[in-house]
Amino acid sequence: MHELSIAMSILDSLQEEVDRRACGRVEAVHVRIGALSGVVPEALQSAYEMASAETPFSRARLVIEEIPIVIYCAKCRCQRTASPPAWFSCPECNEVSPEIVSGRELEISSLEVST
Amino acid sequence: MTATPRIVEVRRNILKRNDEIAHTLRTRFAEASVSVLSLVSSPGSGKTAFLERTLTALREHYRPAALVGDLATENDAVRLRRSQAPVKQITTGTLCHLEAAMVEQSLQEWNLAELDFLFIENVGNLVCPSSWDLGEEVRVVLLSVTEGEDKPLKYPTIFNTSDLAIITKIDLADAVEFDRAAARANIETVRPGMDVMEVSAKTGAGFDCWLSYLASRRNLQHIAR
Repeated sequence: MHELSIAMSILDSLQEEVDRRACGRVEAVHVRIGALSGVVPEALQSAYEMASAETPFSRARLVIEEIPIVIYCAKCRCQRTASPPAWFSCPECNEVSPEIVSGRELEISSLEVST
Repeated sequence: MTATPRIVEVRRNILKRNDEIAHTLRTRFAEASVSVLSLVSSPGSGKTAFLERTLTALREHYRPAALVGDLATENDAVRLRRSQAPVKQITTGTLCHLEAAMVEQSLQEWNLAELDFLFIENVGNLVCPSSWDLGEEVRVVLLSVTEGEDKPLKYPTIFNTSDLAIITKIDLADAVEFDRAAARANIETVRPGMDVMEVSAKTGAGFDCWLSYLASRRNLQHIAR
């Protein structure tokens, strides 16, 4: 449900960036969505298609990069990619770590524009 | 002939606007020395009963207030006003979560300096509210014993973004064969190190612990100033 609000925030951000940078037509918007962001990529994709129709960005594609959960394992002394259902456990030594390196992303990384 | 598109680096949070408002709110809360806690849970977990008892107890020594998010009705605000604390309803219409701008707008008529505690009760939903910062100091996630022990595993994001978990309706734990150890282990899985409390808004069990937690937040505010 809230993916529609996220999609609308993306469109507002696009408008702001385009105004500020005075760049050409936006062909695509690249976003990074973390596994811990609470956003379901498929739902965001359809919400974006719905929200962008009949806006100046109706032709701008949404390209989603999914970011996995990366934790810092204090025992192994390195970063590890964790996955559900062991959300924050080191896949090598099973140590639970509260230190999240990435996975919360909810950001616009770049735009593809044509002039 | 079509020109090749060029890439423009942007790197901005999608919810940048919300984050900015939340940041402003957080600064205002700190300046007014008001401790702000938000409550999130699924519908029917007992948020309002929990908050009603909290407001009533706090009124003995403090000046608490509450903002209550709901899709359509004013029912929760009406219930909470029985505590005599200032309560305002935020009716979100069809929106499944509160956003910082709604909180900002609802606070317009209140003088924050006259408050010690502000509780923000989010819309009953364990998915949508997680991405929106409301400027709160502490996010409290509530889980009732009737919902089952595995709720944290089903909704990891909301538990992971919370600072404190409260298990409600603990007076019913035996009747529904609620496994406390399993619930705590599941919370630990999705949010390692988070404090967990068990309460009953009906009997008052566990409220001493919760109220002393709130008092300690209050002391922290004073030390910070």
